[in-house]
Amino acid sequence: MRARPLPPPTDDAAPAAPALLPPVAGAAAPVGRARHSRSQSWIGVARPLPPRRRLALTLLSFLLPLGLWAAISYIPILWHPLVEVTNPGEVAWMEPGMRVPKAAFAEEVAAASSAGTEAPAGRPANPVYLPAPHEVAVALWTTLTAAPPQRDAIWLPASLWHSIQIIFWGFTISSIFGVPLGVLCGAQPTIARLTEPVIEFVRYLPAPAFGALMVAILGIYDGPKIAIIVIGTFFQQVLVIANTTRRVDPLLIEAALTMGSRNLRLIRRVVVPAVLPQLYRDQRILLGWAWTYLIVAELIGTTSGITFFITQQARYQHFDNVYAAILVIGFIGIATDIALALLGRRLFPYARSEA
Amino acid sequence: MSAAPIPMTPEPCDYRTQCESVRARFDKLKAREVALKVENLGKVFRNADGGETVALRGIDLVTHRREFLCVVGPSGCGKSTFVRILAGLETKTSGTVSVGGVPVSGPGADRGMVFQGYTLFPWLTVKRNVAFGLEENGESRHVAEREALQWLALIGLERFADAYPHQLSGGMKQRVAIARALAMRPRILLMDEPFSALDAQSRARMQAYLIEIWRKIDITIVFITHDLDEAVTLADRILVLKAHPGEVDELIEVPVPRPRHPGQMLTPEFRATRTRLDALIHPAEAEADGPADLGSLDMVTRMASVGDEVE
Repeated sequence: MRARPLPPPTDDAAPAAPALLPPVAGAAAPVGRARHSRSQSWIGVARPLPPRRRLALTLLSFLLPLGLWAAISYIPILWHPLVEVTNPGEVAWMEPGMRVPKAAFAEEVAAASSAGTEAPAGRPANPVYLPAPHEVAVALWTTLTAAPPQRDAIWLPASLWHSIQIIFWGFTISSIFGVPLGVLCGAQPTIARLTEPVIEFVRYLPAPAFGALMVAILGIYDGPKIAIIVIGTFFQQVLVIANTTRRVDPLLIEAALTMGSRNLRLIRRVVVPAVLPQLYRDQRILLGWAWTYLIVAELIGTTSGITFFITQQARYQHFDNVYAAILVIGFIGIATDIALALLGRRLFPYARSEA
Repeated sequence: MSAAPIPMTPEPCDYRTQCESVRARFDKLKAREVALKVENLGKVFRNADGGETVALRGIDLVTHRREFLCVVGPSGCGKSTFVRILAGLETKTSGTVSVGGVPVSGPGADRGMVFQGYTLFPWLTVKRNVAFGLEENGESRHVAEREALQWLALIGLERFADAYPHQLSGGMKQRVAIARALAMRPRILLMDEPFSALDAQSRARMQAYLIEIWRKIDITIVFITHDLDEAVTLADRILVLKAHPGEVDELIEVPVPRPRHPGQMLTPEFRATRTRLDALIHPAEAEADGPADLGSLDMVTRMASVGDEVE
């Protein structure tokens, strides 16, 4: 909620409350306790960081995990538990490109040297499920720009676009019903008591469990996927929005009542505008959840969408493509959120700290 | 703060003696029609543990059109509950409240209210805040905004018509809140400690503003305050409530002549009224806070060195 502005502080310079001293009768006790002020506290009232430091820390928060990933990928002594075979020598079961455990490889080398046959050659490698950053970067570029080499494989941009549409419809349908019901529950205790207990129950029913049911009802195309996103989002949405609405400053409502606002007009003219910045932020968070439910929804046997792309590529052991697709989802998610945050700042100039 | 007890020299003046002009004013005031009538008003709160708290009991009050009534009392005397019942924001347990002869049930446009906290709608500009009540009562947006501008002119904030509330100072916000309440043309303006969040200078200025507005507009004001000087400065009559349960202690007719100005705070009438208010309110507070007389200050143990004196 908006913090009510306080009157201008007048006693900023006032000294902090003195520490309690044990009663030392008549003794020349030193006033105050030096050891209390010796070290700065790490935790205090959180203040905004200076902009440059903020930017630096933001970059660092991405660079640190990236650096860790790069270190594990490019510095062999850190992990590299396998050996990628470059030349199988005369070992029958080895092929170039195969990754074998270090111990097994060393055994074959020892066996070859004792038998006098050509020893296999190889270089230390990580498991296939951990490609190096540059491999993922290349995969990202190729999956986004070029058609896939396999004939039956689908193109990443196409599957992504399909998924975005599903999210859009699922979230829109959920919001059309969920937001008004949530606001109504937040504004009217009787309606809230009548609906929220059952919603509270239903939201614990796992949305994916409805998958088979939805396929039976809605067929095998996008219907059930959208339905699962709606089921996954709607019930949370009602409760979250209702709680947000309940936090509206009661004084604003009372002020409006004394000016003659009533019922739905009161909701439209006061309650909704009062919670709108916070409600907008709730919707941003809920949109993030909708993405989670998308992945679940798309696991229902279908041949489209981003999840199908990921599972298919994983089946081909193209883990670089898998990471590329996961990263793309991350980029889309964060880009949407930043765009919505900026839009919110434009929409609600009066709620500076909220949107 | 006003709570500091001022050592009083014996005053020959009784707060009940009124000079000629003051008595004439009161006669004229009481001849006007009744604006607000409260009869045997009672309010009982039911506690969570099943018990009951009597907040107000047997309040009787009649105010006349264009009267300025202040309500004071120790904390917990139910003065806020009282004004909220008048506004229709709180239900009453017993008794009747009528405004201009019409019984009050729920909030209505005949009673404007200014709250202690800032209640301007942060998403509306100052102008649209003032226009809000008019729009709610059926005016078109255009007409409402034009009228709002006139009210803003009255309180001297035309320049801020298109500003948002968060861009205003506390005093300005309360001025806009007053204009917003007045714009609906209520018979009664209810004010619940409207200036208590302001610093001393702003408060004095706001008091002057309020008196100026009250002089120019046909309005009856019921003003809750805990600042006794403020009550004497503003009021025609002061309703003193006592706590547990909230009952009428006394209805004081303020003998200070109008027009009021800060210099009057030293006049015998002002000081006599103030002394009476202190006598009515502060014994009760001292009881609630425990012994606070000077003798008990010796209980503080000395913890500074001897010879290191500050006084």
